[in-house]
Amino acid sequence: MEIVCLGLSHHTAPVELREKFAIPEHAVATSAVELSRQSGVSEAVIVSTCNRVELYAAGETPPEAFDALARFIAARAGEPGDAFFRHASQRSVQHLFRVVSGLDSMVLGETEVLGQVKKAYQAAQQAGATGRHLNKLFQRAFNVAKEVRTNTNITRGSVSVGSVAVELAEKIFGRLRECHVMILGAGEMSELTAGALQARGVKAIFVANRTYDRAAELAAKMGGKAIHFDDWANDFHVVDILIGSTAAPHPVVTVEKIAPLMRTRQDRPLFCIDLAVPRDFEAAVNNLEGVYLYDIDSLQQIADESMSVRQQEVVVCEQLIARHVTEFSEWLAAGPRPAAEFRTHPEGGRP
Amino acid sequence: MDRLFLVASTFCFLLGFAYSMHALGARVYRPSRLNFFSILAGFLCQTAFLYLRGEKIGRCPLTNLFEVFIFLAWSMVLFYLLIGPTYRLSLLGVFTSPLVFILQIGALLLPVLDKTVAVKVAVNPWMELHAAASIVAYGAFALAGIAGVMYLVQERQLKTHHLHSIFFHLPPIRDLAVANRRLILTGFALLTVGIASGFAVGSLSSHLVKIVWSVGVWALYGFILSAELSHRLSPRRGAWLSVVALALVLCTLWGIRFIDQAAA
Repeated sequence: MEIVCLGLSHHTAPVELREKFAIPEHAVATSAVELSRQSGVSEAVIVSTCNRVELYAAGETPPEAFDALARFIAARAGEPGDAFFRHASQRSVQHLFRVVSGLDSMVLGETEVLGQVKKAYQAAQQAGATGRHLNKLFQRAFNVAKEVRTNTNITRGSVSVGSVAVELAEKIFGRLRECHVMILGAGEMSELTAGALQARGVKAIFVANRTYDRAAELAAKMGGKAIHFDDWANDFHVVDILIGSTAAPHPVVTVEKIAPLMRTRQDRPLFCIDLAVPRDFEAAVNNLEGVYLYDIDSLQQIADESMSVRQQEVVVCEQLIARHVTEFSEWLAAGPRPAAEFRTHPEGGRP
Repeated sequence: MDRLFLVASTFCFLLGFAYSMHALGARVYRPSRLNFFSILAGFLCQTAFLYLRGEKIGRCPLTNLFEVFIFLAWSMVLFYLLIGPTYRLSLLGVFTSPLVFILQIGALLLPVLDKTVAVKVAVNPWMELHAAASIVAYGAFALAGIAGVMYLVQERQLKTHHLHSIFFHLPPIRDLAVANRRLILTGFALLTVGIASGFAVGSLSSHLVKIVWSVGVWALYGFILSAELSHRLSPRRGAWLSVVALALVLCTLWGIRFIDQAAA
């Protein structure tokens, strides 16, 4: 039995092509069943996400299986062209292991794809499109993904400015449910960052802007409270995260202004995110006890460092994956097991 | 037989210690089940040792420096097991096991510490309470010191923007500050009980040095606690002081006990 994979991804195809061949979520299970009934194919799983459409199949020979997969695609959305890659045997196994480990993702090391592949596999399994080979392959793939995440730094840190800000906030405050956020200057970057914090459940958002109407507009959009720019210090004592994004030519938040206010906070830390250029926060603010100031460059630097660490980890991940590919291939080459073992197979798929 | 349990316990903490070193080297620094279970197994062996030792001598096993060290190590692990999961401080174990291992290996390798008391003195419940409560209090202070170190490590990284691998696996600084404060509070309450029951034992004049030292430690932690609770001491300074206070206690415990025994 051979494992093959035919598909396209963000590496090989633009979004227009990916959306043309994408299979809607509700149709994934039935399509997998349909595919598994094609001649030359005995088992099938279809992974369709915004970044990839991949068809995994088990068949007696790769050419027959590829023909079946190509026929299936052609019948649905047109002939698979050059954008489609074809992996057979060890290459297809390695490809799946790399995908679930986040090595093939647009953002290296991201973990969302694992959940998407799990969902695709479960849909195919429940619909009866998988058997012992693909069951074994996908179960092994999920174990590999777990091992990669646990034993390497491939998922370490955040790799975008917004997610770095959220991660830092969580390292200062723990859960963000009790945190109050104040935005100084209703810019796009501050909105995005506050949105990322809001998604983690912050308690309240205050928006202060030179133009009150713009503050009110953004506050309404985010379910927060608009305040007059000159009054921002009045609400400062409840604020945990202060985001600066004004167009002011000089620092808005200075040591002179903030030091007396810090005394009213009863040792609560303050996380300052300066997204403005020129900067809104005086650099010396970071020297104040309990204040953690990050400007756009330092956030970007952390994101870059995390990405660099992830890239360095790729070699370790590839070695780990190679070991599992070899083990799986040996299992596959050994052929069918005695019936007793087969019946007690935990996945309970069809033979 | 009792020492066998102690050796087994020390081996378990050695495993935890080795894991910590390996994790540091590999830069994959996160809590692991191996570390937790090695600490749990070490704790059970410690408990068995203390139980057997207590049965053997007919009192709380705090009759010499050897037993004090083991009881102190046991108290630290007890607090780790109690508060670690509550405050999501599982990484505390990574810091705890090396300290406990060093305490126990020191006690095991220095047989002179395990001098048995020649004269069997009648068991005094006040004395038992005094000794046990005081040592458990020091266990809480030790763990507060460890939480303090973790706070300072995390705080420095946040201030300097240099985030190392450990940053991603350490708890939030606010949780660490809360844990540090609560451990000091617990230790202070226990030490108060320990000192009060010590006064109830009597024969104060023969233990004057130890009493002054104990009251000094009590006052030091009382100061840290009151300053933290009244917000006169920032969490960072509180963390520093808890580390300094712990170092002071660990450095003087031996000497004070030695002077006290000589004076008695």
